[in-house]
Amino acid sequence: MTLSEDGFGGYLALLLAGTLATQVWRWIGVAVGSRLDVGGEPFQWVRAVATALVAGMVTRMIAFPAGALAAVPLGTRLAAFAGGLALYVLFRRSLAAGVLGGALLLALAAQAMR
Amino acid sequence: MATPPASTPRAAFALGLRGFLSVPAAVLFATALGFGALARDGGLTPGHVAFLCLTMFALPNQVVLVDQLARNETLAAAALAVTLAAMRLLPMTVTLVPLLRSGRRRPLAETVAAHFVAITTWIELNRRVGSLAPPVRLPYHLGLGLSLVATMLAGALAGYALSWRVPPPVTAALLFTTPLYFLLSLVATSRTRMDALAIALGCLLSPALHLAAPGFDLLATGLVGGSLAFLLGRAARRGP
Repeated sequence: MTLSEDGFGGYLALLLAGTLATQVWRWIGVAVGSRLDVGGEPFQWVRAVATALVAGMVTRMIAFPAGALAAVPLGTRLAAFAGGLALYVLFRRSLAAGVLGGALLLALAAQAMR
Repeated sequence: MATPPASTPRAAFALGLRGFLSVPAAVLFATALGFGALARDGGLTPGHVAFLCLTMFALPNQVVLVDQLARNETLAAAALAVTLAAMRLLPMTVTLVPLLRSGRRRPLAETVAAHFVAITTWIELNRRVGSLAPPVRLPYHLGLGLSLVATMLAGALAGYALSWRVPPPVTAALLFTTPLYFLLSLVATSRTRMDALAIALGCLLSPALHLAAPGFDLLATGLVGGSLAFLLGRAARRGP
């Protein structure tokens, strides 16, 4: 289906396929989470699942990127990522140095190869 | 950068609201720019973009939805794809809501707080769990959530207006900030052997599972990697 103007039907479609499809997990999460104890093993297990999932997103975004990042060779992406990690450590665990430095390295490498 | 102590709910809410001036907000803004441009290409109006930012507040899912609509998929197919992508919010919410609790149960406040659960707010709350006492975590989370919704809205509308006339190396660099921010923050907030194992296993498993089970790869990575990390971490804690 397509949406080209601001009609009621378009917003209803976004509400059903976007908002509700997303929020349902947050609502279930509140129902489950409010029964859990932070020190308990179920909480620890779900925390490990959430952590592994986000870590998985990281390698997926680097190994199988979308859009403009896909035009940069894998080796360059990995090298710039390692550079960002190194800057993070060098600048005493500064998130800004790691994120902005790594992105800058990638931009410079991508520009140099054009 | 030293974190100012937030001892009252008001101070914690203000600390959260100032979140738009932070590295994670800059990363979110960069991603939202790309989403705005994508939405324009997909034929959405600025009103649609604002609606999605305000009611979904989950950029990866918004990208999936716009992509499905742009490919002329049916509404049911789009809803299914979004539902699958949004499942990652379940473990996030399950492990964030208990951290916000102090004393009596507040179902309404918890449901409002759940609206602001996203990877960024999950990471940021975990980063500050040590410095924020339980009673001020909920106001901090609500303030940060509002601040990041505004950041996402501004980024998406700016991306829509600019329609992304930016050189490819810059676009690539902006896309690159998200994985860097995610991994560095995971490392920064990891406290136990289980956390470190979950990060390592998640990173290693996902490329293989992406090829083996596309569509379900992230869920499989989370379940397999997380469960292994949990079991190995527990075995290590209990000793031989």
